[in-house]
Amino acid sequence: MTGENVNTVQHPTLELSSLDNLWFQVAGTLCNLKCNHCFISCSPTNDKFGMLSLSTVERTLEESVKYGVKEYYYTGGEPFMNAEIIPMLSATLRYGPATVLTNAILISDDMTEQLADIEASSSYSLEIRVSLDGFTPEMNDPIRGHNTFKRTVDGIRRLVKVGFLPIITAVKTWDDDRDLEVIGGFLQQMLDIGYSRPRLKLIPTLRIGAEPQRTHGYLEGEEITLDMMDGYDASQLICSNSRIMTDKGLYVCPILIDADDAKLGETLEDGLKPYELKHRACYTCYMSGAICSNASSSGEKLFAEKLSAHQ
Amino acid sequence: MNFNGQTYRRIAAFGGVYSNHIALEAMLNDVVHRDVEAIFCLGDLGAFGPHPNKVFSLLVQGGVNVMQGNYDNSIGNHLADCQCGYTDPRDNYFAKLSYDYTYANTDAQWKWWMKSLPTEFRIRLGRYNLLMCHGSPRKMNEFLWESTTPAHFLKKLTVDYHADVILAAHTGIHSYRALPQDKHFVNVGVIGRPANDGNTNVWYTLLTADEGLDVEFIPLHYSYRALAEEMNEEKLPAEFIETVETGWWTTCLEILPAKERKRGKW
Repeated sequence: MTGENVNTVQHPTLELSSLDNLWFQVAGTLCNLKCNHCFISCSPTNDKFGMLSLSTVERTLEESVKYGVKEYYYTGGEPFMNAEIIPMLSATLRYGPATVLTNAILISDDMTEQLADIEASSSYSLEIRVSLDGFTPEMNDPIRGHNTFKRTVDGIRRLVKVGFLPIITAVKTWDDDRDLEVIGGFLQQMLDIGYSRPRLKLIPTLRIGAEPQRTHGYLEGEEITLDMMDGYDASQLICSNSRIMTDKGLYVCPILIDADDAKLGETLEDGLKPYELKHRACYTCYMSGAICSNASSSGEKLFAEKLSAHQ
Repeated sequence: MNFNGQTYRRIAAFGGVYSNHIALEAMLNDVVHRDVEAIFCLGDLGAFGPHPNKVFSLLVQGGVNVMQGNYDNSIGNHLADCQCGYTDPRDNYFAKLSYDYTYANTDAQWKWWMKSLPTEFRIRLGRYNLLMCHGSPRKMNEFLWESTTPAHFLKKLTVDYHADVILAAHTGIHSYRALPQDKHFVNVGVIGRPANDGNTNVWYTLLTADEGLDVEFIPLHYSYRALAEEMNEEKLPAEFIETVETGWWTTCLEILPAKERKRGKW
């Protein structure tokens, strides 16, 4: 379920301006958790997408050079369920910076040492983005599962101990008027566990996959129309600068892998074609800017007024 | 590509003045003794510091070739913010304070001047085709951090933009990358605030083309206490003054990649 439209509204088509960000769906849709807001419904049993192999990653890394890829991202499912994740990250850091999106539960003491070693031996950054959806068990566990708060916080503590500054990534499941309280709560929680320089990234919910059962899906009119692109900075949309490699081929973006039309082919060259922004989830990217990358975005702020006028 | 700029053997380049007129004056006095043929500023004239008007006449009278940075583009075009793209509420709070102060204290004639500045320079430095930009050749506010910019990406930029050497600034931290086939990327550093290394000096760059390309980063010491005093009188945030006095960045930290962030204190 990707919130696909069935109406006759015309949607814009977006060219790939440059392949800056290359993603690897390294653990497919397999995850050690089953979060009730997951936009691709990952779980221990969802094998719609499987594990990527080291050889596929190495071949794609080499292909990426001619396109001038700037940053490499690893996601799943849970990337650390892939037994080859450490050699994959090690290989990546010979090409450029790597970011891995994880719940940190499976990162053992031994693994943190290995990660620290490969990070230290590269001139490029290795970012660890750790998903945590509340600053207390009461806030986090109903979304991510029983006892996941404690296990993820333990993982963060292990990463901090060896020198990482993980980016704590929270899906914004609370109302805007609680922002300051929640952000303050996250930062205090991190300080309490000895993470003295916490980094926090908030991302919006994507109302596809499991999320519509938790809250609701997209509403009437929540889609990108042709006129909405007038004056809009299209570089805010991940599909203008990114593609994702899965075990089933190359897709347009990490959010839409459940959509059949999001598959563009088998190689990076196949991914150079434009893409029609017809999915409801595209609306969230439009509203919130570059939600997937580490890079910050001012998309929401800049275009709130424009959207308000449109609606 | 037509390289119709002038040919030089030795130049000086810097970015990020950030209204630090004391460091700018010190730099102009220092460079007199460096045997350079031209001086280039890669933009971001305002932010952080006091009395933004003071830097413009220094640049003009010093014969500096000045380029537009994202800050200058914003001030010159009366935009709402500096286009650095912060999402962290704390970074946005300080960025807004800085931007509002700079905008309010910049005379209209200089806003117009900044709006009219070029966005790139192309010259020859010895045998090298040299391209200067603020952030990257393709986007004024793109950050090319040392730890998140692959060599193959930089090499592609040199091909796409027909340059042997690319100079940029914007990040605030100087660096040099020698690339295959005698191509080069240099972040020339900034003179407006320290390089987040615990030292109060700032940095500019000398480039010389003789046998090959020689890149020399020059540590510039200036009266940072006098700057801090002016900032205090102007009631600029204590966090900005702390950076001047300690050499550690205290704001705009969200944009730093992991390696650069770890090297800092905050």
